[in-house]
Amino acid sequence: MERVEERVDLERMLDWYRRMVLVRRFEEQTERSFRRGKIGGYLHVYIGQEAVATGFLDAIREDDIFFASYRDHAHALLRGTDPRAVMAELYGKVTGVAKGKGGSMHLVDVARGFYGGYGIVGGHLPLAVGAAYALRYQGTDRICLCFFGDGAVNSGAFHEAANLAGLWGKEGMCPVVFVIENNQYGMGTSVERASAVPNLARRFDAYAIPNERCDGMDVVAVYEVARRVVEEVRRTGRPYGVEAVTYRFSGHGAADLFQSYRTKEEVERWRQRDPILLLEQQLREWGVLDDARKAEIHAWAEGLVEEAVAFAEQSPEPPPEELYTDVYGADP
Amino acid sequence: MTYREAIRSTLVEEMDRDPTVLLLGEDIGIYGGTFRITEGLLSRYGPRRVVDTPISELGFIGAAIGMAMLGLRPVVEVMTWNFSLPAADQILQNAAKVRYFTGGQVRAPLVIRGPNGAGVQLSAQHSQSLESFYGHFPGLKVVAPATPADAKGLLRAAIRGEDPVIFLEHAALYGIKGEVPDGDYTVPFGRAAVVRPGRHVTVVSYSRMLHLALSAAQRLSGEGIECEVIDLRSLRPLDMETVAASVRRTHRAVVVQEQWRLYGAAAEISAQIYERCFDDLDAPVERVTGEDVPAPYARNLELRAFPDEEKIVEAVRRVIA
Repeated sequence: MERVEERVDLERMLDWYRRMVLVRRFEEQTERSFRRGKIGGYLHVYIGQEAVATGFLDAIREDDIFFASYRDHAHALLRGTDPRAVMAELYGKVTGVAKGKGGSMHLVDVARGFYGGYGIVGGHLPLAVGAAYALRYQGTDRICLCFFGDGAVNSGAFHEAANLAGLWGKEGMCPVVFVIENNQYGMGTSVERASAVPNLARRFDAYAIPNERCDGMDVVAVYEVARRVVEEVRRTGRPYGVEAVTYRFSGHGAADLFQSYRTKEEVERWRQRDPILLLEQQLREWGVLDDARKAEIHAWAEGLVEEAVAFAEQSPEPPPEELYTDVYGADP
Repeated sequence: MTYREAIRSTLVEEMDRDPTVLLLGEDIGIYGGTFRITEGLLSRYGPRRVVDTPISELGFIGAAIGMAMLGLRPVVEVMTWNFSLPAADQILQNAAKVRYFTGGQVRAPLVIRGPNGAGVQLSAQHSQSLESFYGHFPGLKVVAPATPADAKGLLRAAIRGEDPVIFLEHAALYGIKGEVPDGDYTVPFGRAAVVRPGRHVTVVSYSRMLHLALSAAQRLSGEGIECEVIDLRSLRPLDMETVAASVRRTHRAVVVQEQWRLYGAAAEISAQIYERCFDDLDAPVERVTGEDVPAPYARNLELRAFPDEEKIVEAVRRVIA
């Protein structure tokens, strides 16, 4: 087998590093802003899980689409949504991606194929299956990614969506990739305490959906699986399930302060495999990243985040009349 | 044309007109539809456009919402509205709200249709009327046609509209006949119809109850009491202008619904009549509703559990007295 640096373009890997650092800095900032009362509601950050969305979203085409759970900031940023508009949404400003009407859990960017973050665990899986059907119905070879957490696999929505996908896939009518972002905990309940069969990828066996697990801390591994799976799904119109085994370093949400359900040692152990650190080590080994370049990248990311915060701070709130818009469309 | 034919022919016309219209539901294809609405459509349009689904409402209604987000126009049949409850999360949390929480970027214009209500001895789990349940949620439109003409016109408007529509049919109405206008007409949402003019009392109703209200009005006419019967047709949006204009003339109102009294549609309609017409009223608004119990099976009990012509006649007499 060729070595990794021969299989994957190093420039591309450096770009992953940039994006993952941007996501990390952005998420750290959202936690600070939340504590300062600038961001309201719930706040679920992607710190620790960056490799998963990075690898998958870089493996799809510009005209492909995706759905996400409420832990969705990274997905928007990685797809190229303006960090300023993302931060402004979190700040509840009219310049946000949803005019400040959705907040952290409902980021969206249809122009980039992002059909939204959804707030009910498992609730968006059937949407992604139907969307995938529509892509084939319309005669395209576009595909749909559906990101969701380990908690979702025990919801009825998962099983009903997977069954339909399996059925429609037999007709080549369901090009969806289910991406389980297994961060080990549904809020405070571990996979072992929530799932009778903790190998979550195997859930797909029951629905004639090919599946595999991958190391969700290693962006190269994620990307290689994603690229292969996406091309297969595009070619066959059949669904595929990938369980990316990862970890969240932050609490479930910003209110999850004490994390009585896990030990510091466990978190520390996973931090040894911090996806950004792993990638950094590889890039240094291959000589494409040194201290100077790293500093440059971090400064760039921090600059973007600062700019996003300034933009969000200075942006106006939604005007009162926005309360009443976007409830219904125009009458026929 | 029967109510059933009105719905079926509209599906055919819309599917012929617009290739993005497709049907999903349990046993709508090979079986031909529980109420034979979709009979023959599978062979006419093929399995990609007439999709037989497993018994999996959450899944296929959710999937239909996803299809709508991508630009298709799904029309989902629920075998009865009772079976929509496992999919309530999809309908209420996704279809109704996605336009709002995405600031207008994502929309879900789909139609979910099927029989609603009671009266054919289906007992507790299969006899519910869910109009106020769905009518509570902004982002949905809720219609309940009582006639073949309205079934056609409202279904056309629903399929061509930009919003998720809860289309409530009634099993007891599929066989009724009525005149249906020629041509490509639609019945706009939120416009009630005065189906029988009268000067003594306004009787407000919709769906199957409309027909009971009309027969009660016929009977009362023999006693010299002239009811103005209003068919709401649409519960959300709700045309209170037409109702209020009538009550201002008659000074009396009776609201008839099949569903339970507590928090039912008639409660909302009555409240709005008081808000708009308090000074015009000569008597308290009367509500004729289902009894506050799960639907029973035994025919004699079922008949007692739901409004009938007699109960409407009595209510009218009370407001006139």
